Amino acid sequence: MSTYADPYASSRETTEGTVFSVTGGDWDSLVTEIGAAKEERVVVNMGPQHPSTHGVLRLVLELEGETVTEVRCGIGYLHTGIEKNTEYRSWTQGVTFVTRMDYLAPLFNETAYCLGVEKLLGITNDVPERANVIRVMMMELNRISSHMVALGTGALELGALSPMIFCFREREKVLDVFEMISGLRMNMAYVRPGGVAVDLPANAIAKVRETVKDLRKSFKDNEKLLVGNTIWMKRTAGIGFLDLAGCTTLGITGPVLRSTGMPWDLRKMQPYSGYENYNFDVVTTDTCDVYGRFLIRVNELEQSLRIIEQCADKLEKLEGAPVMVADKKIAWPSQLALGGDGLGNSLEHIRQIMGTSMESLIHHFKLVTEGFRVPAGQSYTAVESPRGELGVHLISDGGTRPYRVHFREPSFNNLQATSAMCEGSQVADIIGAVASIDPVMGGVDR
Amino acid sequence: MSEQSGMFGATGSGDTSGYGGLVRSVFSLGSAERPFGSYFDQVADDLERAYPDFADAIERVVVDRGELTLHIKRVRLMEVALILRDKLLFEMCVGVSGAHYPADENRELHAVYHLLSMTKNQRIRLEVSVPDSDPHLASLVEVWAGCNWNERETFDMFGIIFDGHPGLTRILMPDDWRGHPQRKDYALGGISVEYKGAETPPPNERRSYR
Repeated sequence: MSTYADPYASSRETTEGTVFSVTGGDWDSLVTEIGAAKEERVVVNMGPQHPSTHGVLRLVLELEGETVTEVRCGIGYLHTGIEKNTEYRSWTQGVTFVTRMDYLAPLFNETAYCLGVEKLLGITNDVPERANVIRVMMMELNRISSHMVALGTGALELGALSPMIFCFREREKVLDVFEMISGLRMNMAYVRPGGVAVDLPANAIAKVRETVKDLRKSFKDNEKLLVGNTIWMKRTAGIGFLDLAGCTTLGITGPVLRSTGMPWDLRKMQPYSGYENYNFDVVTTDTCDVYGRFLIRVNELEQSLRIIEQCADKLEKLEGAPVMVADKKIAWPSQLALGGDGLGNSLEHIRQIMGTSMESLIHHFKLVTEGFRVPAGQSYTAVESPRGELGVHLISDGGTRPYRVHFREPSFNNLQATSAMCEGSQVADIIGAVASIDPVMGGVDR
Repeated sequence: MSEQSGMFGATGSGDTSGYGGLVRSVFSLGSAERPFGSYFDQVADDLERAYPDFADAIERVVVDRGELTLHIKRVRLMEVALILRDKLLFEMCVGVSGAHYPADENRELHAVYHLLSMTKNQRIRLEVSVPDSDPHLASLVEVWAGCNWNERETFDMFGIIFDGHPGLTRILMPDDWRGHPQRKDYALGGISVEYKGAETPPPNERRSYR
């Protein structure tokens, strides 16, 4: 033990040996101590509070010098019991819960959940065309905002600060569109069983077109910064290797799977919400490494923009079409309008149910407080979220509340690959490998 | 003076919060008859051909809402999983989920496996039930390594013990947590939280707001 108190690396003796708590600065006592030790094996707790672990992820690393011999993940710090809570709320209220799971991709959570509820209700084909197109457009916008965080923070964690500034600038533009359409920038509960909560505001399509044009131009800034950049290549190429066999047995999907050259994208393979009607390409690389996954995300941005443009064309043709199923026993009864104080019931609707029809009022009250009944059974629906296959397993006992809601979160499954990607590599490469998985801890822990 | 109970003083059926304790019904879907439709007949045929003990191992086949569910005897789970992976090319187990049916005697806990064949672009579901008194099930980590965390989650939330799992510990809840939160007999409520010396009781024990 060192004789003086190191302000950055205090230590205590345990049955397992000396335990240091390092916080930053120069760890003189730690370096001296490790230098004097007979064996080089050190166990390091990285996280849960660490700027480079993508949220509250704890990595337990066993090191031999700079080489990582074992990685274990500690998760659960963000567990909020969303699945349990939804069992005590109506099917529609569930949307508000599940949107908070993977907080970078709320629209994917909502859509996957609503597709599941619609499958149980047997109304998948009754969802109006306009609602489907709006869902697709919102999901693709969300894919861009999610990839922007993945690319920005991924670069930041590896020491490249400028891309983060650009990425968050682009993300803001997408969030502005969300705010205009749904009233909220994230966790918007915009997609509802049977359709979407509210139709697009009057000038939304013009705004979307303008944003697409703007984004396409500014994505080039990032590409110029990182694609082919020598320093970036040295930190990412050949790092975090995981091949197709590894992905298959570990249940890995999304950009990590596509970086092995496997063109597996649920939007193409098992289309939902009308994805079969859009022209876009599935982006793959065959390098199985962090750089390949980075390139996939960069190139998926352009594909998302293509889909959004096609959505805008379709929406112009579908002007005035319904955005909620016609069945009044399921469709959310309120007619929402964006007022000065946010999204709420439109005054005309309140005037109608309060002043003209007692039955409308009763119907509104029953559907909002009690909710609709869903026939007994179970369903599994999956969508391609920015991180991979987002699956929803729903069980209904025929009541107005779910019997069981389980989310198959891509972040949760993909994070299992950390050990396979990192063991045998250098400590610094763990950061790149974890960033390339792009886990969102809200989704991992739910 | 009247007596007060529950979070909002609600008793009986008015409860939407769940804190008052809900009564749930039991349900069961009947077995499906051939033809199952879609690719399901093909899957069943292939499995019967590749697996001689099919009739003994499969309790029932349910086709509902365009999805195939094979209910399997728990002692046969490992055999069926291996055949499905190697012979029927279901190379990926995308997730394991649990369900608790307290009124379904001796079949209280269910484990549900969602399988995906990327080669054939098909999905099927396996469902296995175990009694609450003996919640043991073979771990499928050796078949699909990705089941590792999923099985830990199912153990954490439902208390199903996966025999042969390399490290079956809690994953989402703290290591010293008592009970399995997703079971139906585990009330939605909470634990008291201490913050800066003051103790906040769980929601189900707070005073009534009336």
